[in-house]
Amino acid sequence: MTTINMTVNGKAVSGEVEDRTLLVEFIREGLRLTGTHVGCDTSQCGACVVHVDGKAIKSCTMLAVQADGTNVVTIEGLANGADLHPVQAAFKENHGLQCGFCTPGMIMSAADMIERYDGKLDEATIRAELEGNICRCTGYHNIVKSIQAAADEMSKSA
Amino acid sequence: MYETKYHKAGSLDNATSLMGSADDGKYLGGGMTLIPTMKQRLAAPSDLVDLGGIADLQGISTDGSTLTIGAGVTHAEVAGSSDVQGAIPALAALASHIGDPHVRNCGTLGGSIANNDPAADYPAAVLALGATIKTNSREITAGDFFNGMFETSLSDDEIIVSVSFPIPEKAGYAKFPNPASRYAMAGVFAASTSDGPRVAVTGAGQDGVYREDAMEAALSADWSPAAASGVDVSADDLMSDIHGTSDYRANLVKVMAGRAVEAAG
Ligand SMILES: Cc1cc2nc3c(=O)[nH]c(=O)nc-3n(C[C@H](O)[C@H](O)[C@H](O)COP(=O)(O)OP(=O)(O)OC[C@H]3O[C@@H](n4cnc5c(N)ncnc54)[C@H](O)[C@@H]3O)c2cc1C
Ligand code: FES
Ligand code: FES
Repeated sequence: MTTINMTVNGKAVSGEVEDRTLLVEFIREGLRLTGTHVGCDTSQCGACVVHVDGKAIKSCTMLAVQADGTNVVTIEGLANGADLHPVQAAFKENHGLQCGFCTPGMIMSAADMIERYDGKLDEATIRAELEGNICRCTGYHNIVKSIQAAADEMSKSA
Repeated sequence: MYETKYHKAGSLDNATSLMGSADDGKYLGGGMTLIPTMKQRLAAPSDLVDLGGIADLQGISTDGSTLTIGAGVTHAEVAGSSDVQGAIPALAALASHIGDPHVRNCGTLGGSIANNDPAADYPAAVLALGATIKTNSREITAGDFFNGMFETSLSDDEIIVSVSFPIPEKAGYAKFPNPASRYAMAGVFAASTSDGPRVAVTGAGQDGVYREDAMEAALSADWSPAAASGVDVSADDLMSDIHGTSDYRANLVKVMAGRAVEAAG
């Protein structure tokens, strides 16, 4: 077992993990933050996306020990109390989800892409950027619409 | 995943000595191939030696005739680097189409070529540009580095430190991505270099990446998309699988070659 320390959603946390423990396992089972999902065994679906030191990564494809000392943000860390993050609000407003399984990963990917493109996103870019996120319900159309709406909203207020 | 012991190396010497004392260790780059393989229990290293903290493996530099990229540099960093975009824009474009944004944030140049997946993108660029691979103990030319599917001339404890790409006059890359995995069904990197045209093909060959000699000859007579796509490509040594037959891939190689030359200009 190895002791790890990291900041998760602004809070210092620590834990004892086996070296083979995946970051997503530590987040879900160790920290009981079950908003981050696991949708595949092949690193392809993106349901597990979180931000590590400001970068969107698949937490099913990183060991918890690799994230020792980092700053992690999960879906639980986006809202400001009862106020939804603009991306969360846009998904709600635009019916960007059906069953909701892919949604945490979609929203974490969306927040990251809006930041990287400084809010200047068009439909083709959003679709290309969603390469690593799979949704079995929506057909993506309303997800793309939600991200576009959030990007427009966030660049307006910036 | 089977049990494993994780070590974070602080330097090249530290990494090789950790590997030396491991039973059956493996280096860990970005983990984008190794961790999925371990999750499926297709690999079970006793020890993982993480190269992510070694400063020697980082950085991108150019001296006007050569572009050098550290083995630990991620695909996202290569895609976004103004040095790479300025010196070899085709290489930045190639990196920007590997996998997805999350894979690009972790996966590294060194990990990609050490793995030598027959459908990976970087091997085509490394071979077509005639790059030199620098390890902790020697320099290896691209032609001597790739040894067939998933095989390279690296020894077990050898570490790729950086890759130096001679800057070509112009170059282009085109791939037909597998619609599900985004790996290349066929990818062609074409470069006009001081040694003449060089063309490397990934995704299609049974022995992994290879140079398409007939296309190089055709392009040295006439550097044009039509000259590249007009060359007869034999299906004999190409892969056949559920995604496509060898004949289909032979045609894809021609089409991608034409697009690569067109992209190069
Ligand atoms: C969903 C998904 C989609 C992908 N799509 C593509 C794609 O379209 N095109 C493509 O080319 N690739 C693709 N990849 C693979 C990706 O590019 C990986 O980054 C790459 O294959 C391995 O790099 P890594 O740094 O993650 O290496 P790791 O997975 O950490 O290591 C791979 C191998 O290389 C060895 N190694 C790592 N670094 C070094 C070093 N410096 N010296 C010596 N040995 C080393 C390791 O021991 C291991 O054997 C995809 C991966 C995923 C998960
Ligand atoms: S659970 Fe991580 S990519 Fe599917
Ligand atoms: S909403 Fe059900 S998987 Fe996307």
